Amino acid sequence: MDVNETPDLSDDEKKLFEDLMPEDLDEILDTGVNRRHFLKLVTLAGGGILAAQSAVAEQLFTRPLSVPVAAELSSATIENGVNVSLNVNGAARKLLVDSRMTLLDTLRERLELTGSKKGCDHGQCGACTVIVDGQRVLSCLTLAASCEGKSVKTIEGLAKGTSGSTVRLHPMQEAFLKHDGFQCGFCTPGQICSAVALMDEAKRGDASYVTEDVRKKTAPVQLSTEEIRERMSGNLCRCGAYPNIVAAIQEVHSGKPVEQTFRFSA
Amino acid sequence: MRPFTYSRANDPASATKELAGNPNAKFLAGGTNLIDLMKEDVERPSAIVDISGLRLTEIKPIAAGFAKGGLSIGGLGKNTDAANHPLIRQNYPLLTQAILAGASGQIRNMATNGGNLLQRTRCPYFYEVAMPCNKREPGSGCGALEGVNRLHAIFGASEKCVAVYPSDMAIALAALDAIVKVKNASGQERSISFTDFHRLPGDTPERDTNLAHGELITSIDLPPNKFADKSYYLKVRDRASYAFALISVAAGLEMGSGNKIVQARIAMGGVAHKPWRALKAEQFLAGKEATAENFKRAADAEMADAKPLEHNKFKVELGNRSIVLALQMAMNGGKA
Ligand SMILES: Cc1cc2nc3c(=O)[nH]c(=O)nc-3n(C[C@H](O)[C@H](O)[C@H](O)COP(=O)(O)OP(=O)(O)OC[C@H]3O[C@@H](n4cnc5c(N)ncnc54)[C@H](O)[C@@H]3O)c2cc1C
Ligand code: FES
Ligand code: FES
Repeated sequence: MDVNETPDLSDDEKKLFEDLMPEDLDEILDTGVNRRHFLKLVTLAGGGILAAQSAVAEQLFTRPLSVPVAAELSSATIENGVNVSLNVNGAARKLLVDSRMTLLDTLRERLELTGSKKGCDHGQCGACTVIVDGQRVLSCLTLAASCEGKSVKTIEGLAKGTSGSTVRLHPMQEAFLKHDGFQCGFCTPGQICSAVALMDEAKRGDASYVTEDVRKKTAPVQLSTEEIRERMSGNLCRCGAYPNIVAAIQEVHSGKPVEQTFRFSA
Repeated sequence: MRPFTYSRANDPASATKELAGNPNAKFLAGGTNLIDLMKEDVERPSAIVDISGLRLTEIKPIAAGFAKGGLSIGGLGKNTDAANHPLIRQNYPLLTQAILAGASGQIRNMATNGGNLLQRTRCPYFYEVAMPCNKREPGSGCGALEGVNRLHAIFGASEKCVAVYPSDMAIALAALDAIVKVKNASGQERSISFTDFHRLPGDTPERDTNLAHGELITSIDLPPNKFADKSYYLKVRDRASYAFALISVAAGLEMGSGNKIVQARIAMGGVAHKPWRALKAEQFLAGKEATAENFKRAADAEMADAKPLEHNKFKVELGNRSIVLALQMAMNGGKA
């Protein structure tokens, strides 16, 4: 639909406004709401929620549309839209995002990849960890707009094969299962993505704050339990599954089965 | 987050020009501080100029000038890459340790060297927009001065602001006498010595640094030194990892013959509005023997001037012991 051809609100749309915010209608009409602005408001406020509250809206929104819903995210309905092309789990994706949209929200809300979790949204928990161009990063502090040309790997992209018996979990996923590296599972996608990238960092010989002598560079480095704990400190687990998480990572890192030692109080 | 326009800069010239044309525009590098503060509504830029794609990422030896024989570190390079570069690990292990003491693996993969220096204070009154804060909103008052000030400054604070500067990397850079190289929209370059880069709060706590609006950090240059054999970055915090420093100490010793200290470099984090060079301790140690007793006397000399607030008196004793321990660790070859 060409927004410039119908600059004013239709009667239906006026009714919807009246229904939703009767007090504000006169003011809104006086100060001049055109159709373009109206659509923006409705889209930004989340049309679905408004629609559920208003019978008029229901009629309006259930009317057959000439364009599919996703196409409503055009530069006319997004303020400061940015076009981005990126690769997500091996598939090329192209989309228009609000400049404010984080990579995390884009994955979850636009690409239906809800594996990456929003724990804090401020870089303090690691639940949103994904792997961008081979490096683990926090998707909650990454603007989607800044991901042009980048490759993103999420928890959904770690297993090999697509469905049924052809699926083979990533060794880190297997190890987390074997060692019970979780309880509620909310931090787990972030833990696993972080741990997968950590294996490459160790192969490269990267140092950490607990590395005994940073001047000695050896690659690969053998990670002690203390090293794994330090290097995984950006991933918090509120359930406290840390001993099992460390065991799972140690098993993949060393390539040898790691014994679990449980101690029960008498 | 408030609406903003987004653009990607292809070269330093266009990036600095875009900022020069808009006082409310900001550079975006790793985004780990800026995006967080925008979500909190503390930072409210109307335009974001993404500089993360600029190719100012190289780490290379310096062939001429003041820092000849030293190392130039690209302003847009990542913290992880700086920490793990073989020349930095070998010649400036203090910097490697300081970077690795900060944040987490994920954040260091995103954070840039320039952005790290410009991260803003973690003072809770600065973060909470419902609270007064002269740094965030000049003239609104300082909530921490008479409020909860356990994390705050013991050196160089003013009535206007008692916040501390949070970077670990910058504390090592202060001890290493680094030089910050910047460029503006007219293409002019200037070099700022590290001690002049960050500011004390005085009457203008809203200004963290002496960088002008639109100036781009292109590199951080390290002069050569003789501290690599005996240096250590000590960080003391409320939990063992992934937490900001209560107190940190970057220490480097250049040793002569017979256990004599030729010169010492000591900088402290978590104690002031900028990296705090412990000049009194450094002066005391020059020419002295490296003994536990001299380390203690150096620490006493430095901490005598501390002016703690109601809740951070512990930082005086903690700072004293941290200086001693960091010097001992440095003498031990900087082994963790
Ligand atoms: C949970 C958490 C924990 C952390 N813990 C620590 C810690 O323990 N120790 C520590 O030291 N740090 C810590 N950090 C802070 C982190 O190190 C900084 O956020 C990071 O270094 C900032 O770099 P950046 O590239 O992401 O900067 P950005 O967020 O992109 O930018 C920060 C500021 O610098 C400006 N800027 C960026 N690059 C340039 C340039 N080249 N020239 C001019 N201006 C520029 C931007 O405009 C912005 O104002 C932590 C952060 C988080 C989120
Ligand atoms: S959601 Fe990103 S770190 Fe918590
Ligand atoms: S498993 Fe529940 S938070 Fe980690």
